[in-house]
Amino acid sequence: MEPTNVHDPEYYHKVVDCQYACPAHTPVPEYIRLIAAEKYTEAYMVNWESNVFPGVLGRTCDRPCEPACRRGRVDEEPVAICRLKRVAADNKGDITHLLPKIPSKGNGKRIALIGAGPASLTVARDLAPLGYEIHVFDEQIKGGGMMRSQIPSFRLPESVLDEEVNNILNLGIHQHFKTYVSSLKSVLDDGYDAVFIGTGAPRGRDLTNLPGRAEGGANIHVGIEWLASVAFEHTKSIGKKVIVLGGGNTAMDCCRTSRRLGGEDVKVVVRSPYSEMKASPWEKEDAQHEDIPILDNHVPVSFVAENGKLKGMMFEKVHAVYDEKGKRSLVPTGEPHVFIEADDVLVAIGQENYFPWIERDLGIEFDKWDMPNVDSTTFQSTNPKVFFGGDAALGPKNVITAVAQGHSAAVSIDLYCQGKPLDVRPDPFTNLVSQKMGIHEWSYDSIVTNDDRFVVPQAEKALTLKDRKKEVELGFDKLVGFKEAERCLNCDVQTVFTENRCIECDACMDICPTDCITFTVNGTEEDLRTRLKAPSLHLNQDLLVSDTLAATGRVMVKDEDVCLHCGLCAERCPTSAWDMQKFFYNTTKAHHGCGSH
Amino acid sequence: MTYVRPTFRHPDLPKNKINFTKKDYEGALSTLCAGCGHDSISGAIAQACFELSVEPHRIAKLSGIGCSSKTPAYFLGNSHGFNSVHGRMPSVATGAYLANRDLVYFGVSGDGDSASIGMGQFVHAIRRNLNMVYVVMNNGCYGLTKGQDSATADNGSKSKAGSTNLFNAIDLVGLGLELGATFVARSFSGDKTQLIPLIKAAISHPGFALIDVISPCVTFNNNVGSTKSYDYVREHIEATSTVDFVPVMEEITASYDDAKEVTLHDGSALHLQKLHQGWNPEDKLSAMNAIQNSKEKGEILTGLIYIEPNTNALHDVLQTTKTPLNTLKEDLLCPGVDALEALNQSLR
Repeated sequence: MEPTNVHDPEYYHKVVDCQYACPAHTPVPEYIRLIAAEKYTEAYMVNWESNVFPGVLGRTCDRPCEPACRRGRVDEEPVAICRLKRVAADNKGDITHLLPKIPSKGNGKRIALIGAGPASLTVARDLAPLGYEIHVFDEQIKGGGMMRSQIPSFRLPESVLDEEVNNILNLGIHQHFKTYVSSLKSVLDDGYDAVFIGTGAPRGRDLTNLPGRAEGGANIHVGIEWLASVAFEHTKSIGKKVIVLGGGNTAMDCCRTSRRLGGEDVKVVVRSPYSEMKASPWEKEDAQHEDIPILDNHVPVSFVAENGKLKGMMFEKVHAVYDEKGKRSLVPTGEPHVFIEADDVLVAIGQENYFPWIERDLGIEFDKWDMPNVDSTTFQSTNPKVFFGGDAALGPKNVITAVAQGHSAAVSIDLYCQGKPLDVRPDPFTNLVSQKMGIHEWSYDSIVTNDDRFVVPQAEKALTLKDRKKEVELGFDKLVGFKEAERCLNCDVQTVFTENRCIECDACMDICPTDCITFTVNGTEEDLRTRLKAPSLHLNQDLLVSDTLAATGRVMVKDEDVCLHCGLCAERCPTSAWDMQKFFYNTTKAHHGCGSH
Repeated sequence: MTYVRPTFRHPDLPKNKINFTKKDYEGALSTLCAGCGHDSISGAIAQACFELSVEPHRIAKLSGIGCSSKTPAYFLGNSHGFNSVHGRMPSVATGAYLANRDLVYFGVSGDGDSASIGMGQFVHAIRRNLNMVYVVMNNGCYGLTKGQDSATADNGSKSKAGSTNLFNAIDLVGLGLELGATFVARSFSGDKTQLIPLIKAAISHPGFALIDVISPCVTFNNNVGSTKSYDYVREHIEATSTVDFVPVMEEITASYDDAKEVTLHDGSALHLQKLHQGWNPEDKLSAMNAIQNSKEKGEILTGLIYIEPNTNALHDVLQTTKTPLNTLKEDLLCPGVDALEALNQSLR
């Protein structure tokens, strides 16, 4: 293999599995160390810089970082990264003086943001400090988008959301709430320099053609619409018996909200097998904890209504069959149909984009699924002035993805407004600094703790089911937060190897607890992976390969996969050929100023 | 100011025949200097025992005093150990071996411990052909007392302080051959591919197995001008042959043109691809010649030097019972008045 090019910032970035997996590339180990040092405000700001809504995401994030966490590959469970974020948010001090300053004189450019959800607010946050005049439009009375309308208060208290939304709106954003934009053309005609569309995926799927849908209609609700109606306090109760259709997180929010609005016998009924449900495992657990059974492998057949009143639903039992390509089909078991009683049914089987308000003669191309053609890097549409982000851009994902897309779109808008090419993206900020303090002393906690993942305590069920606004999760206290933070392996503290210092004494290879390091003759990657000291388990994990070593002509090969970043290789290296160096990677954002490039 | 080895290991560590992973052969974290050759030898011993599937409780580690003699703390933490007086390890080994012939004995010593203060003991352990592996971690200096020249330092070798050694070195390999050691090898801490099979062969060998391992003292004897530095050894190293250890019941798959096969007493085999002209590991004269020739050329000859595969170790010479003496019970050791009387009668 060729020597690894560690000067490419993406090499070390990829070693920080959590940060690499985070769509917004939040510097996770950095803020976890700050939490361990009780620097909650600083930890919050590291988050705020990257993901804009640390308090919201510390409670509701889909956590793509956690399955990626290296700890999960050597220990039973990954670090509770998401809930540590909440520790930072819960314990932070005043941050107002740390928020960006808005220039007293604007740059003369006006940007319209349609929709006030996470994507639009991210664009606003990134562009306002650069002097842009930002106008945000939303049909609701407050900002937040789906974070307000779809995430129930028992998971995300309104005060937390308000605070983080207002931190952005207070950056001199021109707010146009209770304003439904019914024509993009009229917005463009207003002479904005660029328009950003962050309108989400506002339309919930329905079972329009299922028999009985019309007759039972009064008691059949589309999940996200119903959740919004609850959030804005138009809906305050539901029947005693409730069926929630669907297996995603919206279904989990619907069933748990139903329990709080009077639902006593609430069931989730889903077509797929339990293990293949889209909902996050912890959300399924939380629903079951609130006495909500999940009936899998049940396909809806019909709504049953009598005299215009919904009585329940009929289901067909199926089981999953997979063909040789792994494609699933649900095959009826042949058992008699199952009738389940219900006073109300909530349909939470997915949501879609909806762009009836975008005229089709504005130069914005739409594909056969009626989705706009959007560049997945620049988030520019085929009308160069119009940008998309969040669920509106590439289909429904999650908040953290919307934030990441918002950052990218903001960079693009900034470049566009300066007349610069959009495909030349400004570099990320990177830094690599030795952590050595002295003999056996590093400026990070190199000792790997043995603690199992700590469980987040919850409020009493009897209390939370009575009050839909009572937050269920209590969050880690400071002490448990510290202990959980100490589980982090500090993967951003890189093992940096300098071949011309190596005397090939083997000390690093002998000491490495997880046998990551091998000195051997060079070969192809495929060949090298068979000759490592311990089996190479994950091919997507890179090998760090040195240049040829002078003394023996061998190379040093390090499998990054299960490196504990304990620093013992560097401790045992007599010549400092190994060093532990902290790699800081901050993905490109507009408010750092694309203009400097 | 402390450092700790994490308890996590590679999640898919290979297991040996008795279902142990390498972790079961580890010891405490070394306190030797970073980069010490001794740590590498410790690693090689642990690896050899793991690969041979020796049960850790069937191993005894015996040592004297010195950096080398500290190392048994750093490998085979589940094995027996005795850290004895300076240079007196062979006495303890003799006693232990006599009491229990069933254990695998590792004598771990250094150049000071064996070639100076313990020389008198060392030579008698060889002469008596104890069934043990005797590893000398040879760095040519007294590292524990700031690097004075030891008895194995080469004439002309320069110390870190700049002084030149004026005395001839004791060559432990030559001495071992002269005294009749039945397994003699030399190796280098920086060459595990050679060292590990040698240790495995030494464990399988039924008599005294001497391995003189050149092990650079990274702190006091790794300077320019030293003949025991990493660089010097790598530049001057030669090998009698490559060494492949083939365990019992395993088929030999590799084949070489100039290959030599030595079947060991327990049925395992050494597969040697010869690199050295005129050398035959089972011919002592050729071994002695090889050593002398290399010395004259200024080379450091490593690898298996000499082996006498079917040797009689001390217990065989003394014709003691196959049962370890320490397990003999009182009824056997003290068979009673009648037995004594019968014995006395037989001698009248």
